[in-house]
Amino acid sequence: MIGVIQFPGSCDERDALSAVERVGEGRLVWHEETDLTGLDGIIVPGGFSYGDYLRAGAIARFSPAMEAVKRFAAGGGPVLGICNGFQVLCEAALLPGALLPNEGLRFICRQVELVAEDFTGPFGSAIGAGDRLSIPVKHMSGRYFAPDEDLDRMEAEGRIAFRYAPGDNPNGSVGDIAGVVNEAGNVLGLMPHPEHAVDPLTGSDHGLALFRALASASQAAAA
Amino acid sequence: MSAGVSESPHRELGLTDSEYERITELLGRDPNGVELAMFSLLWSEHCAYKHSRKLLGRLPTQGERVVMGPGENAGAVDIGNGHAIAFKVESHNHPSAVEPFQGAATGVGGILRDVFAIGARPIAVLDSLRFGEPTSERSRYLFEGAVAGIGHYGNSIGVPTVGGEVYFEPPYEHNCLVNAMCVGLARTDAMIRSAATGPGNLLVIMGASTGRDGIGGASILASAELEAGDDSKRPSVQIGDPFEESKLLECCLELLQRGLLVSLQDLGAAGLTSSAGEMASKGGVGIDIDVRRVPLREEDMEPFEVMVSESQERMLAVIEPSRLDEVVATCERWQTGSAAIGEITDTGHLRVLDDGVQVGDVPVSALVDECPLYDLEPAEPGGWMYPNVETLGEQVALSAGRSADPADPSDILCALLGAPNIASKRWAFEQYDSVVGSRTARRPESADAAVLMIPESDRAIAVAIDGNGRRVACDPYVGAMEAALECAQNLACVGAEPLGLTNCLNFGNPEKPNVAWQLDRAVLGLADACLGLRVPVVGGNVSLYNETEHGPIYPTPVVGMVGELPDAAAVPGLAPNNGDRLMLVGPFAPSLAGSELAKQRGELDKGLAQVSVNVVNAALGLVRDLVRAGSVSAAHDVSDGGLACALAEMAIAAGTGIDVDLDALVELRGGSGETNLFGEGPGGIVLAAAEGAAKELLERAESAGVEAVEIGGVTGDRISIAAAERDVSVAVADAERAWRSLAERI
Repeated sequence: MIGVIQFPGSCDERDALSAVERVGEGRLVWHEETDLTGLDGIIVPGGFSYGDYLRAGAIARFSPAMEAVKRFAAGGGPVLGICNGFQVLCEAALLPGALLPNEGLRFICRQVELVAEDFTGPFGSAIGAGDRLSIPVKHMSGRYFAPDEDLDRMEAEGRIAFRYAPGDNPNGSVGDIAGVVNEAGNVLGLMPHPEHAVDPLTGSDHGLALFRALASASQAAAA
Repeated sequence: MSAGVSESPHRELGLTDSEYERITELLGRDPNGVELAMFSLLWSEHCAYKHSRKLLGRLPTQGERVVMGPGENAGAVDIGNGHAIAFKVESHNHPSAVEPFQGAATGVGGILRDVFAIGARPIAVLDSLRFGEPTSERSRYLFEGAVAGIGHYGNSIGVPTVGGEVYFEPPYEHNCLVNAMCVGLARTDAMIRSAATGPGNLLVIMGASTGRDGIGGASILASAELEAGDDSKRPSVQIGDPFEESKLLECCLELLQRGLLVSLQDLGAAGLTSSAGEMASKGGVGIDIDVRRVPLREEDMEPFEVMVSESQERMLAVIEPSRLDEVVATCERWQTGSAAIGEITDTGHLRVLDDGVQVGDVPVSALVDECPLYDLEPAEPGGWMYPNVETLGEQVALSAGRSADPADPSDILCALLGAPNIASKRWAFEQYDSVVGSRTARRPESADAAVLMIPESDRAIAVAIDGNGRRVACDPYVGAMEAALECAQNLACVGAEPLGLTNCLNFGNPEKPNVAWQLDRAVLGLADACLGLRVPVVGGNVSLYNETEHGPIYPTPVVGMVGELPDAAAVPGLAPNNGDRLMLVGPFAPSLAGSELAKQRGELDKGLAQVSVNVVNAALGLVRDLVRAGSVSAAHDVSDGGLACALAEMAIAAGTGIDVDLDALVELRGGSGETNLFGEGPGGIVLAAAEGAAKELLERAESAGVEAVEIGGVTGDRISIAAAERDVSVAVADAERAWRSLAERI
């Protein structure tokens, strides 16, 4: 069972839940819940948690559910943060780096091409290095940034999960980085929205790969 | 606005002397300050439709599929399997002209509330925007601000913006238009009306607290002409908070799902006064409101301020007293405010109390129903009443290079593709989340109408919004008809059958005879189009006084249409396949009158060619059937810039060339080669189909009695169109460069 956190101001939680339900079972997790017993994987979804006031994800990191997610991640449980969820995971220091306002200072909604890196952990072993995925981005603050020394270490440790294909970087992210994982590889954050790429009719179904990866990581963690 | 400081406070509040007299007659006394403030808002044009109500009666509102018609917060049509589609378009023009970001943002917020007020979850937003030419710095500022505001609100609340249109014309320079349409999905049995019922029931305000923002918005901004120095009206513009609305939306839908509400109404223009008045009027009851029980942002607010504040993100509900605890608990769970502020009575009066002491008491009927309605005094203008400016030379140089020739058809095509009205609006729509909700099967500019999947009813819907004010200015009757036809054409191109229509009538000052004539003729044209298309009007909005000392805007009836189709997977886009044949279907009779080319040449004048709605409708029926049968690979209607631009847009979408010969069409329709290339008018759809399917398509058209002409094929990498010696030949890449040039000019 995969839990999708629902903050006030979340927008994509229902879409993430129905994406999960294409590959397994899931339920919404209210932001005040602190007991994640029975959940084998967690999605921190997109949207504007708590209005994204102060800074994207800055308030959500203090929510009761996020305290539980931190414990869940520390225990090795797989966590997928999408867009605002990625911002929340960075604010909560579960992932390195930060998401800055887009280079053009405007919201961008666009289908982009991602290239999967050879990255560590359960998500990395489920997604083939070099795979190209067509997935939409839609964000105001998606410009990934981390200090050079951190980036070097992440590169060396195989922690860059996805890059925008050459020429497809929509926001000015450093190194075209679209997604990263933590040291153990069980926490993955990315700006593009795989839950909006699960049906060719709405654009593509390339995002299913991530939900399958989450489902298999969840089964492995539960076993 | 401080009631009671001037010698005639009613005039300061926008009421005429005779209206004031009527109020004293109705009350049998002079109104006090609170009452006068309430009357001034509910008797404003914006709330009372006093110059348009008589005309609106002409619009057909009946239809088998209509679940809710005009008069409710939004209209709704049945889409089967126990579900309905709710929708409405509304203007937020004057606030946007004063402060574009917040004006547009709160316009979106307001129309979303209208839709969830009837129990529907908003699933899509479309917008219709009008500005002066982007060569003007002010127009660019307004455009940029309005687009950012729409995006800010829609994106933050998680409702996709799936379509829209933008026109840039000089008459909007000083009075831009921002119309927003929202589409929602409801379970038919869970829908709710706004009529307050059951004396003894409680009136509960939910959502944000009430402040001094937006006081007098309906009367000061929306019901008078804009003037120089209107920046001082900024305090009349409300500030939007999409996070607050997001919580309120989820909370209201949960309350409805749990059956805790008797009725629901959003708080919009004229705030509590309007909402409570409307609810009481529809239910035939009275309401007592105690302003001291309303959660306030500022402690020292006067009773009249509480009653007329237009603070955003608030809803008003009627509930049974036994349900109060559950309602309050649900609101607390969603971290949104709630307070019981009054109760339903059987007095038929709206009474305002301040901590139990009565400070206002008016009969609901006087407030809501007794506003005098005015007859228009229409007079047809003698000639073209707007400026004519030659811009073609400049546009040709911009799009086709300095040495280009404004008389050469290839260079004209590039100029038209690069014209702000025709060029790709990607710069704008990429600022909108078009995918949230997982229903969007056709994103902006990938088909003529947005297509949304409705698995709940095992089908899809298509939505379009249109209204070319310039053509309405040429002939208000035909132009308004064309606005409805354009929507129907867009729907036919994706295989959708129209179910209902909403409209926003944006006009100048109706007290001026020429504007009154435009309004009168346009409503008639719209009514006749609806009758011919057999599409009922389920709701709408009127925005008058869109004019300044520089004159009125183009008369701009904006039409939003919703249709249904069986299967989103069968919907063709704009891009044909290499090797396809191209057919022009329908009674399209191109004319340069009112066209983009006539505008660019500074040759606009009164008059458009007459249209037969029935003949167009027959062609649309055939197109719909062909699309649904999967016989066509691409479909695009002929609109701004004529057939040449429609074909170029298809070539750009496909990234392949086309080879077209219009000589047969020139012979059939007459007119010059240029008219056939760039002439505009309703009733033309370009279909692309593989060779075998094309033959079958032409045969089906013949047996259906619908005109269809094979005009060429998809091949090569150039847009080549022969038209009676006026031949076009442009590389697709050059055409695309011109078409994508708008971003560079903002």
